[in-house]
Amino acid sequence: MNARREAYLYAAQRLTALIMAPLVIGHLITIIIAIQGGLSAEEILSRTSGNIFWAAFYGLFVLAAGIHAALGLRMVAAEWLGFRGPLANWTVAAVGLLLILLGFRAVGAVI
Amino acid sequence: MAGDDKDATLSVGVWRGDADGGEYVEYSVPHRASQTVLDVVTWIQRNIAPDLAYRFACRVGMCGSCAMTVNGRPRWTCRTHVDKVARNGRLTIAPLDNLPVVRDLAADMAPFFEKWKRANGAFQGGETRDDPIAEVRPDEPERKEADAAIECINCGICYAACDSVRWNPDYLGPAALNRVWALHNDRRDVARDDRLAAIGGEGGCHLCHSQAGCTAHCPQGLDPSGGIAGLKRALFRAALKGTV
Amino acid sequence: MSMVRTVGAPHRRQVLWWAFLMHRVSGVLLALFLPFHFLVLGFAIKGDATLDGFLAWTENPLVKLAETGLFLLLAVHLAGGLRLLALELLAWRSWQKNMAALAAGAALAGALLFLGVAW
Repeated sequence: MNARREAYLYAAQRLTALIMAPLVIGHLITIIIAIQGGLSAEEILSRTSGNIFWAAFYGLFVLAAGIHAALGLRMVAAEWLGFRGPLANWTVAAVGLLLILLGFRAVGAVI
Repeated sequence: MAGDDKDATLSVGVWRGDADGGEYVEYSVPHRASQTVLDVVTWIQRNIAPDLAYRFACRVGMCGSCAMTVNGRPRWTCRTHVDKVARNGRLTIAPLDNLPVVRDLAADMAPFFEKWKRANGAFQGGETRDDPIAEVRPDEPERKEADAAIECINCGICYAACDSVRWNPDYLGPAALNRVWALHNDRRDVARDDRLAAIGGEGGCHLCHSQAGCTAHCPQGLDPSGGIAGLKRALFRAALKGTV
Repeated sequence: MSMVRTVGAPHRRQVLWWAFLMHRVSGVLLALFLPFHFLVLGFAIKGDATLDGFLAWTENPLVKLAETGLFLLLAVHLAGGLRLLALELLAWRSWQKNMAALAAGAALAGALLFLGVAW
């Protein structure tokens, strides 16, 4: 049966949510601090360049967000577009992978 | 509106049709004190439209057969007072949503009970009449959970109020899953892991998004939504243990 | 034939249904935004100038309004998600409506804070 698969996917959705909760709060606070006095590339890069903490922070964030978004879209596609089954599963898996790759590229660019 | 006003009339739109479709037909019904929606339907059938199809049995909120959509919400019509739901003397009555129609106000409950079976909703004991009776204390936490879920009358109201059913017709729905939650908390039952496997796959409990329309509409005051959350937790533990 | 004979879906008129809808819509919009967010940050690879060119564009009031919307979406999705985790993992049943209201309030407060700081 696919009960185990669905249980693990459900757990992955909730686990990534738990991981992201503090990260999102941190992200929101960083946004509020960063936008004071306007945004500049120099300011962003001076905060993030070569910083192991931000690399880990955003690396983990990207990984969790990619998985979480893909699983969320899987449910939306199934319910609102009627798109379900193996093809839908592979499609959202590809979307998640693409998001993670784009995200890692972005993290690599600013670190 | 005043319940004792003998001249008052209700304007009632009743859905008439069959599995292929239908439309609302207007009827005028005298308004009476303490009148239930089921009284209104019965009055129409006896005085105006003898061919009106609907379903009821006990009239006292036990059998679960008279559920219909009243002014857009699923309700048990025998225990729903007209004065509570009519707006400006107006009622619309339709068969339950999310189910095919047999005719007029009678929804086809077959898919509802098919899912009950698919969820393995029957108790499965492992003992015989020769074994001593299992002692289950009323204050055990599991027994309390089972108690809270056990008063379901199979009326289908939660099923009609559930958007997860609406959006995915394969979804087992709140009633069947509530039944599984009751059995899951019955330690005499020997099929609890099999049952988790039966309700954990596609169309299973993970399609619930805790909108809790079931809990909001259940005439028995049950909380299927909370029970389904319990099943999700149980399935995760079972997956870790490798029993599903 | 549509199985739904109900107009306006009154069964949805309850706090938890709206909490669900806000969570789903904010989630979908965030998922759509994410690739653009990553692509823009990727500009930094090509040097500060490209990223700065884009950041100058974000000084546009309309873009700022959209950014406030994004901030709100993230706050809404976070608050709604915490509500859901509490609901399903901790089974805080009787608290759910309060939690939903609290989540919406916290999200709104966060967005207003952003609006105040940004402008």
